[in-house]
Amino acid sequence: MPTTRLEVITAERVVYSDDVDMVLVPGVEGQLGILPRHAYLLTALTEGELVIRKAGQEDEYIAIGGGFMEVGPDHVTILADSAERAEEIDVARAEAARKRAEALLAEKRDVTALAEAAAALRRSRVRLQVARRRKRGGRGGLENE
Amino acid sequence: MSSIREIRRHIRSVRNISKVTRAMQMVAASKMRRAQDQVLATRPYAQKAWELLTHLAALAVRTEQDEHPLLAVRPVNAVGLVVITSDKGLCGGYNHNLLRVATEYLQAQEKPVKVITVGRKGRDFMLRIRANLVAEFTGVPALPTLLDVLPIARTVLDDYLAGVYDEVLLAYTDFVNTLVQRPVIRRLLPLRVAGDLTEQAVSEYVAGGPQVRIPEYIYEPDPQAVLAQIVPRFTELQIYQAILESIASEHSARMVAMRNATENANELVDQLTLSFNRARQTAITKEILDIVGGAEALAKSAQR
Repeated sequence: MPTTRLEVITAERVVYSDDVDMVLVPGVEGQLGILPRHAYLLTALTEGELVIRKAGQEDEYIAIGGGFMEVGPDHVTILADSAERAEEIDVARAEAARKRAEALLAEKRDVTALAEAAAALRRSRVRLQVARRRKRGGRGGLENE
Repeated sequence: MSSIREIRRHIRSVRNISKVTRAMQMVAASKMRRAQDQVLATRPYAQKAWELLTHLAALAVRTEQDEHPLLAVRPVNAVGLVVITSDKGLCGGYNHNLLRVATEYLQAQEKPVKVITVGRKGRDFMLRIRANLVAEFTGVPALPTLLDVLPIARTVLDDYLAGVYDEVLLAYTDFVNTLVQRPVIRRLLPLRVAGDLTEQAVSEYVAGGPQVRIPEYIYEPDPQAVLAQIVPRFTELQIYQAILESIASEHSARMVAMRNATENANELVDQLTLSFNRARQTAITKEILDIVGGAEALAKSAQR
């Protein structure tokens, strides 16, 4: 079985770098599953969870806050605006961020502020979702909230 | 000549100062290293983003698309200058050197220049010389994340797109090594993807990447959408890198300044110790003379 080289990079650090069998990413136009030997692809990503599948191992999850992805036959490079692995997420802080975003969203404000608050809410939800996966340790569904 | 007690007090206070400056020197050394590591950590992202950016920009030219507003060169009516300095002093000539370069630029530029400052020292200076200050940021953390820098990037991008200025330059301090920090002015916007890279801010982090020929991609949703995502990110990244470079320079300048201060303090302690010993010796000699004189006077009176 060929594998593909996955690299998840943010402006601050390299979050993940390893050979994987499959990766599921949140594309702007829907979830994408990337297998080895994929055609060249360049796409924008949205907030969501990244699922990394390796044969014979448990899935790994990374919460990403949008970005873009470049795919070749033997590599997948994700340039994320933010990326956190499940074990790095502070659940209490993520929960607080979600509450804050919801409160902001409840206030009636101008359009850009509203869009920002909505994005913040989506990011915090994704983060919590990814963090919870680690607790259960199981392979949950991939459906979005 | 000052009294022994005064000298002793002086020695004690100078010694305390040297302890403080030595501590500051060590703190600055470790902060400098961390800032340096952090700016190097942005390299993989910068290289990859640059690679895709040049590819997409070339593609846009080939398909005769309108240029992305952040890539298009406009006739320059006004210039934006982002001046990155520190909040704190006690760092030798660090702020002074950068502000001198910035002032020279302000004087040479005939077009109106709107100044955005990062750091208290730059803001105070620009207010003093009555420059046209349009925005100021202070309180950038010692080790900023990209998130801390986003408000600055947002301001610059919004103003640039709104036509407040048609070119944006970054004045920051390039960290060469511990002893050499170079104040520079480089271009931030418009982002020119072709031609000489060295004019572009923090170009050293995109140079030297593997030059691979990029094949035709499938684009989702389309090349313009992806490009529109990458260009602002790259601009943010450049500001972030410039700030990290400046922070590394600030700490390294402070480290050298504090080392000099410590050395001076130690030298002063040596000198003071010498005069202390002298004063003590003089006092002892005087006392002995008194005793001897007294004893002799007694002996003389006994003889009589």
